[in-house]
Amino acid sequence: MVLEDTALLSRILTLLTLSFHIIYATIGVGVPLMIMIAQWVGIKKNDDHYILLARRWARGFVITVAVGVVTGTAIGLQLSLLWPNFMQVAGNVIALPLFMEVFAFFFEAIFLGIYLYTWDRFEDQRKHLLLLIPVALGAAASSVFITIVNAFMNSPQGFEVLNGELVNVSPFLAIFNPAMPTKVAHVVATAFLTCAFLLASIAALRIIRGSTHIYHKKALHLTMKLGLVFAIATAIIGDFSGKYLAEYQPEKLAAAEWHFETEEGADLVLFGVLDGEEPKYAIRIPYALSILAHSLPNAEVTGLNEFPEDEVPPLWIHYLFDIMVSIGMWLAFIAFVYVAASWRGWKFVKQKWFLWLTLISGPLALVAIEAGWWFTEVGRQPWILRGYMTVEEAATTSGQVDLMIILFAGLYFILGIGTIVVLLRMYKRNPIEKELAAREAQKGGEKE
Amino acid sequence: MTLTLEVIGISVLWLFLFLYVIVASIDFGAGFFNAYSAFTNKQHILTNIIQRYLSPVWEVTNVFFVFFFVGIIGFFPQTAFYYGTTLLVPASIALILLAIRGSYYAFATYGAKINHRGYIYMYGLSGLLLPAALSPVLAISEGGFINMVDGNPHLDYWALFTSPLMWSIVVLSIAAVLYISAVFLTWYANKAGDVKATDLMRKYALIWAGPAIITATGIIYELRGHSPEHYENLLDLWWVFAISFLLFVGTVYLIWKRRNYGLAFILLVGQFFTAFFAYGLSHFPYLLYPYLTIYDSFTNETMAIALIVAFIAGLGLLLPSLYLLFRLFLFDKDYVKGKSDYHV
Repeated sequence: MVLEDTALLSRILTLLTLSFHIIYATIGVGVPLMIMIAQWVGIKKNDDHYILLARRWARGFVITVAVGVVTGTAIGLQLSLLWPNFMQVAGNVIALPLFMEVFAFFFEAIFLGIYLYTWDRFEDQRKHLLLLIPVALGAAASSVFITIVNAFMNSPQGFEVLNGELVNVSPFLAIFNPAMPTKVAHVVATAFLTCAFLLASIAALRIIRGSTHIYHKKALHLTMKLGLVFAIATAIIGDFSGKYLAEYQPEKLAAAEWHFETEEGADLVLFGVLDGEEPKYAIRIPYALSILAHSLPNAEVTGLNEFPEDEVPPLWIHYLFDIMVSIGMWLAFIAFVYVAASWRGWKFVKQKWFLWLTLISGPLALVAIEAGWWFTEVGRQPWILRGYMTVEEAATTSGQVDLMIILFAGLYFILGIGTIVVLLRMYKRNPIEKELAAREAQKGGEKE
Repeated sequence: MTLTLEVIGISVLWLFLFLYVIVASIDFGAGFFNAYSAFTNKQHILTNIIQRYLSPVWEVTNVFFVFFFVGIIGFFPQTAFYYGTTLLVPASIALILLAIRGSYYAFATYGAKINHRGYIYMYGLSGLLLPAALSPVLAISEGGFINMVDGNPHLDYWALFTSPLMWSIVVLSIAAVLYISAVFLTWYANKAGDVKATDLMRKYALIWAGPAIITATGIIYELRGHSPEHYENLLDLWWVFAISFLLFVGTVYLIWKRRNYGLAFILLVGQFFTAFFAYGLSHFPYLLYPYLTIYDSFTNETMAIALIVAFIAGLGLLLPSLYLLFRLFLFDKDYVKGKSDYHV
């Protein structure tokens, strides 16, 4: 065996599984809402295009959900397989939301099965739409419960340790930990944001490829408007997240910002490289860090030098933080430009270059999701349960983790390629023009 | 044994594990029969039925499994330490196999309808390998396969793979999967009015009834040598196993006489229910012999009560939803017969 460090190997495998799963999980949380909105708009406007939009999104969604179920089961089991000592503690204190997540998932899976297999079974479209509500609720609730567990890892509370034993456990205090409100809101809002942009990317791609059908324009318009709403929500929540970090995990914020000395009126440092304790070639925004942390330009922000060296997260999380924030700003900007231009009737948003910018925004949003999760996970190091247990202490003692990394890497590779191939093939075989024509023919047949 | 929180917790988990065994067996076995018929060029007989019943419900099937392993960590957190550390390899293999099944539904039945033969065989084979990957945990829980090294549990693979007990459990799990699945599909095919498929599945049900009951008896014999204590407990419950056997005879009789397939399946569920719970009861109070009992591994009282309350509330949501699901896909005559197709 090349590597004997099971903690490091366990981290690599967890990173691999989470990075892959989060793509499907994000789609799983966000897309049901998009389908619901499109179907609702279609019913309200009595516009078949929106109904078809919902239906075609749903078709692709099934495939990502199925893969997400697989990867979700994998991460669920791997938590116990790779971090048994952590799960033993977690089981005692934070098992409740984990358990509730299973019910939310049950609920979602059942109604998704029903929704997918009952298209056109009801005379009244509204009845069919009702079936989607538990799917969207279940999906959002799953992400809420799981994020609560992650929030608990960042700011554990609701128990005491007495002679190595856990006492005075309060599952509710553990759930309502300080990190919970901002983290949960952030995860849910960004899932909606990302899905709006992913779907906008698809519409932009079709238009760039030369399709002039109004269907794609309607899709683009709907998703960009939704994108703007969720981008604004994300920005507001992001601001609160900064304040949470300053208060409860100052070392994480300081590391993300390369903020070494505690000072008032702190600058926000974007990108750059680190020379000793001095950021070089960086963009500095005066007072912005103080505002982010405490809403006041002259507020004092705690620096990294206040913390023991072995409790400071790696400083490269700075880049992750910057990537996440920059992409978030970009998404808000482009959605705003699109909506403003459409409202004013400016033509440039219909030109190719702008469509290209829209097209890359969907994948960029996914990059931001990855950067965000890497940031929050690496930024909690060396802890798995901040202040109580390090990842070293939590990891398995099993010697076969390296082999499992190879096994799962292969699996995710095949699943990833499979998803792309199947999705492409499915939509290529049945483009919107063909489906619309078929529907027209069917309707004509019914009238005769 | 009094009705303590520990007992409530393990009963809930055992019940959901039982439900998983039944619904997953139907799923696993169907995949195998489907692959076997593809091999013998009779594929079209089963493919329809599999797509009509399994595709809408497989995700729900999977949640029963997730429920069990999340629930056991919640109620008995110490199991994470013992089983989490030792089961890395078998559980990972099971995950890969589950991925093959999940991706088959995603890519082959929902998606672009990739019906490559190799994929159908892989999907079918995973149905046999999954019980073989999961069931050794039952053997491990009997004790004798986990050693403590420097305070950490290690699985003794050599002892496990040379253990006749482990192999009999594996063989039983495979035979049971095929038997349960065949009986269910006989009923479903009959309901769908598909005579050919009914006959085929009836034949499989009769073929696999024998191996299922013989291997089950074999395990009781193996336990006598491996875990005398457990064996004694089993003997005390001989009458439950007798009831289970009578239910088994009832199922086989009805299938043989081509009568009342629905009742036959209900008797089968009864047979497995009684045997599963008698087995569980005789295992009591150990979760992992001799290290872990349900009492010393139990979570704190506050969490236990919170979990039970959440469980009751969750069940209140779950039962009506499950009822709706089954009404639409299992008991709706038009749907089962394939007269209506409303897939997205």
